[in-house]
Amino acid sequence: MELFRSVNVDWLGKKWYFLGFSLIFSIAGIVSMSMHWAKIGSPVPLGVDFRGGTQIQVQFNQSPDINKIRQAMDASGIRDSSIQPIRNVDQASSNDVLISLPEQTNESSLDAGREQIMDALRAHYDSTLGTQNIRNVTVVGPTVGRQLEKQAGLATLYSMAGMLVYLWFRFQLIYGVAAVVACFHDTLITVGFFALTNQEISLTVIAAILTLIGYSMNDTIVVFDRIRENLRLSRREALPDVVNRSINQTLSRTVLTSGLTFITVLSLYVFGGQVLRGFSFALVVGILIGTYSSIAVAAPMLVAWQDWRASKGKDVVLPAAKRPKVG
Amino acid sequence: MKKNLKGRIALIIAVLVIFIYGIFGTPSGLSGSALLGSITKRIHLGLDLQGGAHLILQVQVIEAVSAETDDAAGRIQQDLKAAKLTYSQVIKPDPKKPETIAVQGIAPGKATDVRSILDSKYSNEYDVSGGTDNNFTLTMKPSVEQALEKKTVQQAIETIRDRVDTLGVSEPVIQEYGLGDNQILVELPGVEDLDRVKSLIQETARLEIHPVVGGPFGDEQAALASVGGAVPPDQMMIHGSGALATGSDADSVYILQRVPVVAGSDFRSADPGTSENGLRDVRFTLTNEAGDKFYEYTSGNVGKAMAVVLGGRVREVANIKSAIRDSGEIEGSFSTDEVEALSKMLRTGALPASLIYLEDRTVGASLGADSIKEGVTAAVVGVLLVMGFMLIYYRGSGINADLALFLNLVILLGFMGFSGATLTLPGIAGVILTIGMGVDSNVLIFERIREEVRAGKAPSAAVEQGFAHAWVTIIDTHVTTIVSAAILFLFGTGPVKGFAVTLTFGLAANLFTAVYVSRVIFEAHLNKLQPGELVSI
Repeated sequence: MELFRSVNVDWLGKKWYFLGFSLIFSIAGIVSMSMHWAKIGSPVPLGVDFRGGTQIQVQFNQSPDINKIRQAMDASGIRDSSIQPIRNVDQASSNDVLISLPEQTNESSLDAGREQIMDALRAHYDSTLGTQNIRNVTVVGPTVGRQLEKQAGLATLYSMAGMLVYLWFRFQLIYGVAAVVACFHDTLITVGFFALTNQEISLTVIAAILTLIGYSMNDTIVVFDRIRENLRLSRREALPDVVNRSINQTLSRTVLTSGLTFITVLSLYVFGGQVLRGFSFALVVGILIGTYSSIAVAAPMLVAWQDWRASKGKDVVLPAAKRPKVG
Repeated sequence: MKKNLKGRIALIIAVLVIFIYGIFGTPSGLSGSALLGSITKRIHLGLDLQGGAHLILQVQVIEAVSAETDDAAGRIQQDLKAAKLTYSQVIKPDPKKPETIAVQGIAPGKATDVRSILDSKYSNEYDVSGGTDNNFTLTMKPSVEQALEKKTVQQAIETIRDRVDTLGVSEPVIQEYGLGDNQILVELPGVEDLDRVKSLIQETARLEIHPVVGGPFGDEQAALASVGGAVPPDQMMIHGSGALATGSDADSVYILQRVPVVAGSDFRSADPGTSENGLRDVRFTLTNEAGDKFYEYTSGNVGKAMAVVLGGRVREVANIKSAIRDSGEIEGSFSTDEVEALSKMLRTGALPASLIYLEDRTVGASLGADSIKEGVTAAVVGVLLVMGFMLIYYRGSGINADLALFLNLVILLGFMGFSGATLTLPGIAGVILTIGMGVDSNVLIFERIREEVRAGKAPSAAVEQGFAHAWVTIIDTHVTTIVSAAILFLFGTGPVKGFAVTLTFGLAANLFTAVYVSRVIFEAHLNKLQPGELVSI
């Protein structure tokens, strides 16, 4: 079976559409992030890992009544708690509820949150609740939250820098730059999706974003490798033609691999449970965007850069023929 | 031209056998449950999968510094007295700067004598300054302070380990965490009832015996009034239970000398017992050095009161009846549990400083079990979909890819078994992602072979060229992914680290399976081809 046999698409001819598409999603993401920024002081809703606070997942014996739980919290004077039911994608309902308290300003009161919540639930909602009903407790103090935030940011930066250096060493600097711009584009849009859909970014989501950077880089490298190979073979061909041909030659692989990875990630999203929800969501979005960006962002950047150098009268660095002047 | 593949096939089978051993070890039986049992024994599950508690604590090292300077202040006073040099007071002027000691009001003209004592005995640990206005200031050297802080954290780790060991938790992790912020990571698999554990770990049980200046008072105002409105720098105000003998809970306040006569690390042994009055008590023995100090103090202060301070509260006040050297008992309104716990803590050593919790995560065993179930379901569904697709799309070569993928998973899991690396829920996600990304190598190779076949190459040449061209790309893609996984490993914590581990080893194994193993299978297939027949791809 073969899906793509001798495809011949002029990808670079569609660069304005690509640019438009990327801009729409990037800007939508940025707008949504600034709205979040204005409201909560961070561009995306942060999970308890980063924002600090108490989060407790309780499994009730029967299907829980969110309003009654809220009343129980109010009756015990617990303010600013957020209560949300959680269930798997493949479940219609579940008995699990996630109750969060906002950040405590000092570490010594960290422990109080969990006790308060359980006491409130026992006193005003269901007196049979015990430790066996507590599925998960996360209490993060402000110090650790800030540390993690810094670490996550640094990890993302280092990861991109590491790849830039590797590509510089294996190809040329411009390839590295183009690939990193594509990765940045993917990260921006993926994080933008979290802002748009109002989902929390947790530590595992950061792991997913780093994976996605690696994955998007993979895709880009496959195309770049082919461009490099074709440049060696046909030095007389114009760069845009070489790039188009390289994309077309690798298209079948690109679509297959992305498709297969997408299948595995989708199965993770559907069956992997709620703990990994954010993680698999980031990958589901990221794999689509990552595949798109290697064709629509990274490769056109190589050509655009070449054109820019040519227009300045500088030497071409990518050894293909100059583009014939039109007219 | 047929290639001899026996050596290579033998290598592949050997690898397969070794890593299957890595997964199962030597199973107790061949039934499903016996195999499952041996897997769980071989592969470490992270806290998020087996349930348990993850704590990050911070050691309040400033307290250890303060205790050290308290002790030094006491020694300075003794030294000055021994040298018959008068002074008005040796104090720590600023509670916020526990590393500073001030010697104030020394006799005019004796500054040089005082200086030479301070220089000869304290200049290793302290920077001595002043002297012009009959005052000296000693500031602990930063290097000494750092070493002390480091030692304090190490001591705290050892103490926590001793205490956790008494709980019988299997394979706890207790180690320094973060970069120089005096943090400790404690991981307790299988522990769900955190309250008991936390109070056990956190109990500073800094048992100290302080001379009593005044008290008991009914409240803080009365206590303050007794010292003229403000507590002098060398004294402190501490709460205690009202009538200690009767065990009433009423508040009472004492004014004590800040410098203890006996402190936490001075105890050699401690056992629970019953006193002459029939009350529960803790019998303790002091170290020789502390015994001498205690004897010196008690012999000179017969009839005066001493307070036993535990966990920041006065637990007992006793009058010194006669000189005590190295053994004594602490009697009070203790419960049996308290006496047991107190003895245990004195034996295992008190924490050198108190701890605060920065983070605490508990995963219930039921959520862990659900996570395993969900993770495994997702993995199985993912693998089956991918394998099925490869079979349909690449026909004969699909079998090749599927075998390689299977071996990839075996090596990855076997490696987890051998290395003792921890499998976390994100780690399972890493396994699933390895399936998707691992199959990429096969796709790259197969697509390339198809291209070569299309270009009219003979089967063996097409396979040869396909592998050669794809190899370059595969190296580049693997290296970049491993770079990002390595950075995750360096920066991530617990579960996320587990993800980096499985992804890295999955991809490393993939280099072997998708390139070497696949190649051998292709060669075997080529050996069987009749002249003119095409590769099934």
